[in-house]
Amino acid sequence: MLKELRIAGFGGQGVILAAHILGRAVSIHEGGYATMTQNYGPEARGGAASAALVVSDQPVLYPYAVSLDVLVAMSSEAYTRFVPEVREGGMLLVEEDLVPLDQKAQHLRVYGIPATRLAEELGKKMVLNVIMVGFFCAITGIVVRDAAMKSVKDAVPARFLDLNLKAFERGYEYGVELLAKGPAKGEQQMAVPQEAEV
Amino acid sequence: MKADQRCVMTGTHFINGDAACCEGALSAGARFAAGYPITPSTEIVERFAARAPQVGGLFIQMEDELASSIAIQGMVWGGQKSFTVTSGPGYSLMMEHIGLAAISETPCVFVDVQRGGPSTGLPTLPAQGDMMQARFGSHGDYVTIAICPNSPQECYDLTVKCFNLAEKFRVPVMFMMDECVGHMTEKVVIPPAEEIDLYPRRHASKPPGEFQLFEAGEELVPEMAHAGEGYKLYVTGLTHDKRGYPALNPAAQRELVGRLFEKIRRAQDELTMVEAEGLEDADVVVVSYGITSRVAQKAIQAARDKGLKVGKLRLICVWPFPEKLIRELAGKVKALVMPELNMGQVVLELERCAGGQCKVIGVPHPGGTVHKPVEILEAIERGAR
Amino acid sequence: MSTTELHVHNPVEDLLRQDRVPTIWCPGCGIGTTVNSFAHALLGQQINLQKTAIVSGIGCSGRVSGYMNLDSFHTTHGRAIPFATGLKLANPELTVIVYSGDGDLTSIGGNHLIHAARRNMDIMVVCVNNMIYAMTGGQAAATTPGASNSTTTPYGAFEPELNMAQLVDAAGACFVARWTAFHVMQLERTMAKALKKKGFRFIEILSPCPTYYQRKNNMGDALAAMVDYKKRSKIKNGCPTWETALEPGGEIVVGEFVDREREDYLTRMRRQLGSHYSEFPPQPEEQESEGCEKEC
Repeated sequence: MLKELRIAGFGGQGVILAAHILGRAVSIHEGGYATMTQNYGPEARGGAASAALVVSDQPVLYPYAVSLDVLVAMSSEAYTRFVPEVREGGMLLVEEDLVPLDQKAQHLRVYGIPATRLAEELGKKMVLNVIMVGFFCAITGIVVRDAAMKSVKDAVPARFLDLNLKAFERGYEYGVELLAKGPAKGEQQMAVPQEAEV
Repeated sequence: MKADQRCVMTGTHFINGDAACCEGALSAGARFAAGYPITPSTEIVERFAARAPQVGGLFIQMEDELASSIAIQGMVWGGQKSFTVTSGPGYSLMMEHIGLAAISETPCVFVDVQRGGPSTGLPTLPAQGDMMQARFGSHGDYVTIAICPNSPQECYDLTVKCFNLAEKFRVPVMFMMDECVGHMTEKVVIPPAEEIDLYPRRHASKPPGEFQLFEAGEELVPEMAHAGEGYKLYVTGLTHDKRGYPALNPAAQRELVGRLFEKIRRAQDELTMVEAEGLEDADVVVVSYGITSRVAQKAIQAARDKGLKVGKLRLICVWPFPEKLIRELAGKVKALVMPELNMGQVVLELERCAGGQCKVIGVPHPGGTVHKPVEILEAIERGAR
Repeated sequence: MSTTELHVHNPVEDLLRQDRVPTIWCPGCGIGTTVNSFAHALLGQQINLQKTAIVSGIGCSGRVSGYMNLDSFHTTHGRAIPFATGLKLANPELTVIVYSGDGDLTSIGGNHLIHAARRNMDIMVVCVNNMIYAMTGGQAAATTPGASNSTTTPYGAFEPELNMAQLVDAAGACFVARWTAFHVMQLERTMAKALKKKGFRFIEILSPCPTYYQRKNNMGDALAAMVDYKKRSKIKNGCPTWETALEPGGEIVVGEFVDREREDYLTRMRRQLGSHYSEFPPQPEEQESEGCEKEC
């Protein structure tokens, strides 16, 4: 089992930390293997931030993600830039308030979550990345819930732990509900316009 | 001796290669470092700047790489273990002081997180284009040791190894990382301090007056003393005699440079550090180092799936080159294939050692990313024909 | 008449490596004179010579480290200061002196000079200024004044010369002085004073180079240079360093120009780091005997 994942958004959304939490969960708490790489540009702020993970039950050889099983897109720019990398039939998880879809998402299994809004409801916008991590675990099953939660504990400062665990739960629940009420897995969960918006 | 537990961050971590290298240096007993910021190596010194003061050490950010590469040598002669960290352009500036460390037999570690070049090149993307520079970059004749890690775990383990080799042979050791392993985050296990073996600095066994700073015994590596210990050291970048005094004549040159080469040459077997697999019945052996060895492994698997007999030889220590091993191997196989993230550097040495006994196929790559496994696979197939 | 065996003991003899004499310096060169003052200053101050290290770069003055019977480091061209910086940081107990030439310290090593002064690194820098690259055969330096002739300025120099005192003052040195090879007593006193001070200390000494600078510019021999120094020098302690430029043929302003208190690098580091800095005492030796077993 080898999965190639990418989490992408804009600077400040905590996408790197989200990938870090997932990679750590797999390689330390699940006993699997995870290799995380980042894209570095000259911009220190703004622009697309992204991290890729290759996770496997075997040591990872090729370090980069090239044919994504899952893309988590948290901004419109990230979606546009990385959606071509998703393999046919791959999954696309989006921050649905921030990512307008187009026909490029047609052959993908798409799941949306209003992560920023949910984070604001919890009182702190900055936990949207952890909501996304919870959502990711529920939808993909690639990372086990318990392992991911342990990893959240490792990654965040003690004073924000409760908030982050709540955020994880919120994202996870949202994912579970979405899977339960929606059509069978493998079908699109969001309306995708048939033609590109020009 | 064992590592000092106060410096060792024992545990299981999910960190990148740069962070792991920093932890390796601390585990090895280096509490002092000098450097100048440069992508993609900066994370090493950033972490070191935070960690070193906690154990009574420090990181000094010097005005440039020339300063960094000699400040560390001052630190070593002041009694500490020390290292500097850089990438391509900075590595070029350090060349003069690699020569100084070689001739003054100053044990220290130069970490080069290789990026695309020449010049400013590709600051945030990987390459292995500094491999010949690591061997021949400083002027004059000298030898160094160059080690290539292929994972964050190895960035930790082999950094410790680099310091040990530096102390044992009293040479500058080149730790040739690349952007990919430096910025790649994986699981890194740091063992308890009592499981980490360190090679202690071999201190002068004779008292001042009797001790000669560059008098080497059987193993050709002299003992060391530090400033402030009463030895009245004389250390110079000039060719020198056993006392360290300048000796500007052909005989002294022959004796000194001869010994500097010989101390490494005779340790060839110890310095042949490889990972080998499936060499016994191989038609083709893929010889690789650093990050490329992981991609090569993928190509090897694909070739075996096609029924080809392919062996793997991964060089952990690239310099000195495992000449003997390659000579023997070349006599038994149809081809040696060497992928590397440069336009063909170490492959020249491979070719030389193979001495025409088999085909040698380079798989050059200008860097910026790693090879596609299929590029290496094609070379394997060509070699097997 | 009885004969007495006369043993002439040079008072600074123990500070020199006798087995390295004679030096490479030309007759009339001023470097040896400065070394004599330096040796006297070291002896007079009861400095622990076991804990004193001297670092040089390359050039005629760069050879000083190798003649001193101290821990001697003869490094690369221009890089004595960063080496000395590393040495001092690794072992703060050491008294570290950099002794080198004008070409070495200000031109190829200029950047290090500026930054060590800025950091107020606790080292003393002695710069012998002979106004020329002498070791390599008389080429123009950043300090070559006015229209002087050198092998690389055969029609006279036309680059303005650098005022080192002003440079290191501006960069933050806590002690800046200048003498000539004529002022041996003053130089010794200044060196003694500087040795006791903490922080970045800079002493410039004008020194004749009869072989190149004096000869190329028809300035006569070393004695003539001394007469010239005597005639042109004007002692101005505390003089603002911007008024100390060395005009060709003009007044040579000498003296102690800057003497101020400024926190040195390590002191400031410790203050800034506070509780982030932990002392690192050596690990306790393993106990060989089992102590109080008899008693208990």
